[in-house]
Amino acid sequence: MSEAMDFKVIGTRPIRPDGVDKVTGRASFGADFSLPGMLEGAVLRSPHAHARIKSINTDKALAAPGVKAVVTGADFPQVAAGAIEGGEGGGDFADLAGNVIARGKVRYHGHAVAAVAAQSRAQALAALALIEVEYEPLPAVLSLDAALAESAPLIDEGLMTSGLPEPAAAPSNLASVIEMGNGDLEAGFAEAALIIERRYQTPTVHQGYIEPHACVGRWGQDDQAMLWCCTQGAFDVRSMTAKVLGQPVGSLKVIPSEIGGGFGGKTTVYLEPLALQLSKKSGRPVRMVMTREEVFRATGPASAATIDLRMGFSSDGKITAAEAIMAYEAGAFPGSPVGPGTMCVFAPYRIANFRIKGMDVLVNKPKAAAYRAPGAPQALFATESAMDEAAQKLGIDPIELRLRNAVEEGDSAIYGPKFGPIGLRACLEAAAAHPHYTKAKDAGVGRGVAVGFWFNVGLQSSAEVHINEDGTVTVIEGNPDIGGSRASMALMAAETLGVPYESVRVVVADTETAGFSNVTGGSRVTFATGMAVVEASKDIIAQCCSRAASLWSTDEDMVEWRDGAVHPRPGVNVEATPLSLKDLAGQAGRMGGPLLGKASLNARGAGPGFSVNLCDALVDQETGQVQVKAFTAIQDAGKAIHPSYVEGQLQGGAVQGIGWALNEEYVYSPDGIMENAGFLDYRIPVASDLPMIETQIIEVPNPGHPYGVRGVGETPIVAPLAAVANAVSASAGVRMTELPLSPPRVLEALDQA
Amino acid sequence: MAKVHVPFDLRHLAEGAAVLEVQGACYRSLMAALQGRYPALEAALARDKAFVLDGEIIDTPLLEAVAPDSEVHFLPRIGGG
Repeated sequence: MSEAMDFKVIGTRPIRPDGVDKVTGRASFGADFSLPGMLEGAVLRSPHAHARIKSINTDKALAAPGVKAVVTGADFPQVAAGAIEGGEGGGDFADLAGNVIARGKVRYHGHAVAAVAAQSRAQALAALALIEVEYEPLPAVLSLDAALAESAPLIDEGLMTSGLPEPAAAPSNLASVIEMGNGDLEAGFAEAALIIERRYQTPTVHQGYIEPHACVGRWGQDDQAMLWCCTQGAFDVRSMTAKVLGQPVGSLKVIPSEIGGGFGGKTTVYLEPLALQLSKKSGRPVRMVMTREEVFRATGPASAATIDLRMGFSSDGKITAAEAIMAYEAGAFPGSPVGPGTMCVFAPYRIANFRIKGMDVLVNKPKAAAYRAPGAPQALFATESAMDEAAQKLGIDPIELRLRNAVEEGDSAIYGPKFGPIGLRACLEAAAAHPHYTKAKDAGVGRGVAVGFWFNVGLQSSAEVHINEDGTVTVIEGNPDIGGSRASMALMAAETLGVPYESVRVVVADTETAGFSNVTGGSRVTFATGMAVVEASKDIIAQCCSRAASLWSTDEDMVEWRDGAVHPRPGVNVEATPLSLKDLAGQAGRMGGPLLGKASLNARGAGPGFSVNLCDALVDQETGQVQVKAFTAIQDAGKAIHPSYVEGQLQGGAVQGIGWALNEEYVYSPDGIMENAGFLDYRIPVASDLPMIETQIIEVPNPGHPYGVRGVGETPIVAPLAAVANAVSASAGVRMTELPLSPPRVLEALDQA
Repeated sequence: MAKVHVPFDLRHLAEGAAVLEVQGACYRSLMAALQGRYPALEAALARDKAFVLDGEIIDTPLLEAVAPDSEVHFLPRIGGG
């Protein structure tokens, strides 16, 4: 996209097609599906954070009333190592299989050990209690420091660190090391008039989706299987489940339900292989639904991180050097998002001299899963806290300090490639002019500023556009609708075809109906699947033009598509009445058959997303409680296809980020048992905790998309951690470097100040 | 020849080089040339890194043409949530 476009429907705010079903309760989510003869499944989970499994005896459980099948790790094939692509952005199939069900060893409290299918859930739960497992408990490793200690117990006795200059000499809990750098670090620090050097820490947090994981699996006597589940990616569920079960991909059909939130946490599988294996053994369909407690104990979370940061600044606020040593918890298997973290940590800024080291570290906690912009919130919490402190110490306005260092089009990102058109400067300028920033603060209130960044990705997408005989349009695609993507697909199809939004119906189809599409994640669906919808719509237009040209006995280049119809080009001497999509669809059978457009692609040109957040917070000096008084999220969307759903992403990311900053954390007992596995004790923000989250959409079009789209789903969660922490630090009068900023931690800091 | 920027953490596999001039009109020939010079580097890049050509992450590089003045980077793979 290279010039301003005059949109007809893009940028409008119609009601989402799935909205009525969702607000009336008619929409079907993962746990809502049932089949005749269906059994209920339940999972036996490890009572230890770290233990060897010496034996499992399932005889009594199998003999219990109503029980039709029991599975353990012995019922699953050994899965060879191999990278998972396009889903979580990290990880290995062998680790995935080991996380689905333990073999030989349990690596965290809640790790699945066995599963039962019975005629009722009560019978399944009763049978779990009859499974006899003999464990040899091992010391639990629950922190980065403990995991990296020389004598640390090994979580994976065969794990050799990758990424070292020389092959590792012995196994450890350090899965991999990644390093980046450029320039002369120490010369850069020698130039600095000010150096900020601190350790920043963020806790283990959960994605907090409202809908627990759920699925129904049915194994057929012909070895063809079906899965109904809530997921961010039916095709990823298919490939992962097939791999864990050692089955051909084509033998498994996955039908996605509506999804009650995922945020990255539903880009992997937990229950699905268990349900199918139980179904195979019992000959009956099996439903499995997690409790909230299981969701906390066995899924997610986002990595805890410790970042040792050092940044040098000249007296006029230019960054002269920067260094980050970043350790991320992977959980019980390798695969934290420390790689993207290292690439994000200084991404918003021009820095000639820098060095970054990232470490992926095993601990006895659930295997980390993706969570919006995986790895970036932790990284930018550190950098943006340091930027805030530098602004304070240099006496420079915090937005001005960022403007003096902000990357622009043509700058090389610290991770290498050059940026195309980006909106960081526009976001910063909008923030500086925003009424939130220009108005005076109330007494005692601190104001925080922070920048967010996420790459956004493309990946593979497919779409079909079917023109029905009355000219209405059906779009078939394979990405579960999390944030209003049906509406954005319909808007892009309507815009391209020149038809009303209301005439387009978008269907999220199963893995045997839709063409392959990677997961709904990476902020890629409106960008990449949208691109496929636009291409498939253009395929329809080409067919319409070809048919009209034939009808008018002229060449295809003598006609054009305009306002939803084929017209002779201006100046072309053809006597013809324009043919609308409805006209052509009505005669399709007599002109070559149904109009069906299709596209499949691996989308390139994803435009990076930048944001700026403003937060006003008030610290109660007596109790340490923090009130967020005002919050504004400003972000470059490239082009907002449906502005309300872009604003919704900004608001949702802000709220999740505020929760991460203020209250959310896994609290563990010394032996590795999570002590707050429920929403009463794991405190996510609710509406009454929050002010209205104000938003401002900036539009710097992405030239890589026909309508200028850049992804917006993940960047919104990156800046809030530091924006809140900077506001709290200002209100408290003490620099806060460890999240969450819960009342006890704030009070402790106030007491020590 | 294309400029291949060697990731910082893999430079030990290329005798410390930060940038290599590599002959290759397409991804496959470029990687073959790298394999001829630094086989361990090529293996690590192919296994662990995403291919970035002239600033754009290319998820499916196998059919990709490389220009004589192209800049090639290799990055950690990025997924997303």
